[in-house]
Amino acid sequence: MINIAQLLDVLEAELNRIIIERKLANPLMIGIRTGGVWVAEQLHKRLGLTEPLGLLDISFYRDDFSQIGVNPNVKPSQLPSHIEGRDIILVDDVFYTGRTIRAALNEIFDYGRPNQVVLAVLIERDGKQIPLSPDCIGVRMNLNPSQRIKLIGPEPLAIDLQTTDTAA
Amino acid sequence: MRFIQIDDGRIIDPANHINREGSVYLADGKVAAIFNKPDGFTPDTVIDAQNKIICPGFIDLSTRLREPGQNRKATFASETLAAASAGVTSLCLQPDTIPVVDTPAVVEFIKDLAEKVGYTQVYPIAALTQKLEGTELSAMLSLKQAGCLAVGTGNRAMPNLLVLRRAMEYAASHDLTVMIRPNDYWLGSQGCVHEGAFATRYGLPSVPEAAETIALAHCLELAELTGCHVHFGQISGKRSVIRIYQAKKYGLNITADVAIHQLHLTENDIKPFDSAYHVLPPLRTEEDKQYLRQGLENGTLDCICSDHQPHDLDAKLGAFPETEAGMSALETLLPLMLALVAKNAINLDQGIAALTQKPASVLGLASGALTPGLAADICIFDPELVWQVGTDTWKSQGINTPYWGKIFKGRVTHTFQGGQLIFSL
Amino acid sequence: MGDNLQLNSEGKLKHFLTIEGLSQTLLNEILDTAESFAEISEHQVKKVPLLRGKTIVNLFFENSTRTKTTFELAGTRLSADVLSINIATSATAKGESLLDTIRNLEAMYVDMFVVRHAISGAAHFIAQHAAPHISVINAGDGQHAHPTQAMLDMFTIRQFKKDFAKLRVAIIGDILHSRVARSQIQALNILGVAEVRVIAPKTLLPAEVETLGVTVSHNLTDGLQDIDVVIMLRLQKERMTSALLPSESEYFKCFGLTEEKLKIAKPDAIVMHPGPINRGVEIDSKVADGLQSVILKQVSNGVAVRMAIMSMVLRKQGMPA
Repeated sequence: MINIAQLLDVLEAELNRIIIERKLANPLMIGIRTGGVWVAEQLHKRLGLTEPLGLLDISFYRDDFSQIGVNPNVKPSQLPSHIEGRDIILVDDVFYTGRTIRAALNEIFDYGRPNQVVLAVLIERDGKQIPLSPDCIGVRMNLNPSQRIKLIGPEPLAIDLQTTDTAA
Repeated sequence: MRFIQIDDGRIIDPANHINREGSVYLADGKVAAIFNKPDGFTPDTVIDAQNKIICPGFIDLSTRLREPGQNRKATFASETLAAASAGVTSLCLQPDTIPVVDTPAVVEFIKDLAEKVGYTQVYPIAALTQKLEGTELSAMLSLKQAGCLAVGTGNRAMPNLLVLRRAMEYAASHDLTVMIRPNDYWLGSQGCVHEGAFATRYGLPSVPEAAETIALAHCLELAELTGCHVHFGQISGKRSVIRIYQAKKYGLNITADVAIHQLHLTENDIKPFDSAYHVLPPLRTEEDKQYLRQGLENGTLDCICSDHQPHDLDAKLGAFPETEAGMSALETLLPLMLALVAKNAINLDQGIAALTQKPASVLGLASGALTPGLAADICIFDPELVWQVGTDTWKSQGINTPYWGKIFKGRVTHTFQGGQLIFSL
Repeated sequence: MGDNLQLNSEGKLKHFLTIEGLSQTLLNEILDTAESFAEISEHQVKKVPLLRGKTIVNLFFENSTRTKTTFELAGTRLSADVLSINIATSATAKGESLLDTIRNLEAMYVDMFVVRHAISGAAHFIAQHAAPHISVINAGDGQHAHPTQAMLDMFTIRQFKKDFAKLRVAIIGDILHSRVARSQIQALNILGVAEVRVIAPKTLLPAEVETLGVTVSHNLTDGLQDIDVVIMLRLQKERMTSALLPSESEYFKCFGLTEEKLKIAKPDAIVMHPGPINRGVEIDSKVADGLQSVILKQVSNGVAVRMAIMSMVLRKQGMPA
């Protein structure tokens, strides 16, 4: 069984290391809806950040709009006004194909030009399709193509591992 | 072929009260005998009409062949072929050609066209007024002498009643029937559908029924005043049927026809914005349709016509109100009449009479019957033959019909005009 | 009817031509989608890349500044390339047929036509004859339909009244010539309001108007009783010259919405108008600018609603799910 608290411990430690290594100054933390926001809330507390957490909804930036259409229940992103020149910690729950992160980066850059972006994810799994990767992770896992992993929450946080009939 | 024998068909000749099995004998372009073979009659051709109906050729009181002037839409060649294939042996041509049928020269031109394509019985209706402009009388006597059996207003409404009165008086003095499609100039010129629920729902400019009944009322009064025989064409509304019934009872010398599609289609059948359903007078309500059917059944409406109006493709391509009105209708005349019989709205005798005996009487033609001595205008049709409207079967140049692709029962197998076989399947 | 033409094989919107034939579920989906776009428009970054690479042509055969502007803005905010053509000054005025105009534009690889035309049925005709990959949005055709306007009106009503089920809505003015009214009536009935009431003189009501699913009143004072939503329609100047009404002042006396008349409706009634307003003809300035008026909200909602409809319609057809 996967222990979320343990993963968060590992991720927190990694993140602190990166902050020093990459010389992040007054970083802005942004969580990707919905799972990434739950993880970010935990990290935000643990790191003792004072600036409010940014919330990113990537629905309008997805690259599969043509196939699946518009989601009627989009909530708008909430980012502070100045992205320009900031150091960003981008947080998500699962890194899989890489498309979510690409969409998130596109959206962030539409708001302004950050100084740098550090990506922190709780779980990295196999199946990458885009040449991106996280800077710090809680755990790396190899799964079958028919398996799906996601975070459920917000209270209590838990990992849900499912096997589907069709491939992702 | 001088001597033709048509065997074993069901002969339906309402003019002579005939409806039973038998054979018909033609000689030298005329009907020689019915039932009993004349002495010494040796046929060149024998046609087996078993399980078929033999009746007089149909007389269509309202058609447009689009020549002269609108060859893009259709020509004599294509439309007379369509007529022949539809069992129609006499066609009345509406005067709104280009140029209008208001001089003997145009009548001669039309006769030449008819002769060239080998279909001789095209009867142009002369224009009531010059250029159909409704202001000056046309030379009706000269037109009659050139061969016109009647005068008419075509698709134009006449706002000036004084001129209409005088025109009717003049026509009456030369024993000419005046054929009018009643439509008020002011109320009836801005619309493409019936003024009612359908028009309201789709925001389409519309024509109220009153446009027809008001014009009808004018003409009835003038008919009485002038003693003119007026024939009302393409009646479409309940109130018109009622007025015509009352006028006939009252003793006025009037007759009327209805287009066959008005006996089947209403505004509820219109596929929204499908210009194939754009006709004038417009398709009205279910109640109007019932009254039209009853009117035909009880003789208030004397005849059925096709109101044939072939169009080129462009005429029907556009937003509905911008398209031209009219349906290519010769070839659906028979199957639609048979469908009406199948619905028990009329019986087969009445249906055939409405296409033969009655229109002949309106025009004063010695025709529309299988009386020995009359010209052999004959239609043989198979009432059970199933066929589909499409490029394989359709002869008219205009494919503008809401019945395109529809499967019908009843088709003409042979048509004789003056003893000449002008069509066989 | 139109629903076959408007919906693709999966039951999703392919064209948006008329409210008629659409389900309550679909209308609510449009309203919900518009909700998310409305919030986007209030943000600093007003653009989303949803329709990047798509070409949208605004084909306006009838002049209109405001509708054309909102469609341009909607398309641009979705990152599409938007082209506006005013046909009155272009080839069609020289006699080019409607069909040829469409074909010429298709040859330049466009994805969507937004059409406004003076003749009923024009948008349907274009949708039927345009190439299969093209979507058509009706921005108003003759007297037939103005479905995007109706949707933004429904969106506005939902903002202020939340629940459609108990609402009594009055539509006042020239119903006969109004494509907006026809679309509004259809939408209100599909969304299940308690009553749609039309208030107009007889000359401005179409034949058998009750068949549209409305009650009728010829009197503003009677008609406004118990009304939750008042929708005023514009009275066009031509109505006086074509013998439908004697004068603007007489119309205002009977059917003009003044503060006094508005009091007859429910105290929390909202006042709407699709615009442009004729002050002093159908509506008094004090009411148009007053507390119960939501007219400006309608305008700002217009962009979000059109963004929603455009993005729903341009979802690719026939792609594997």
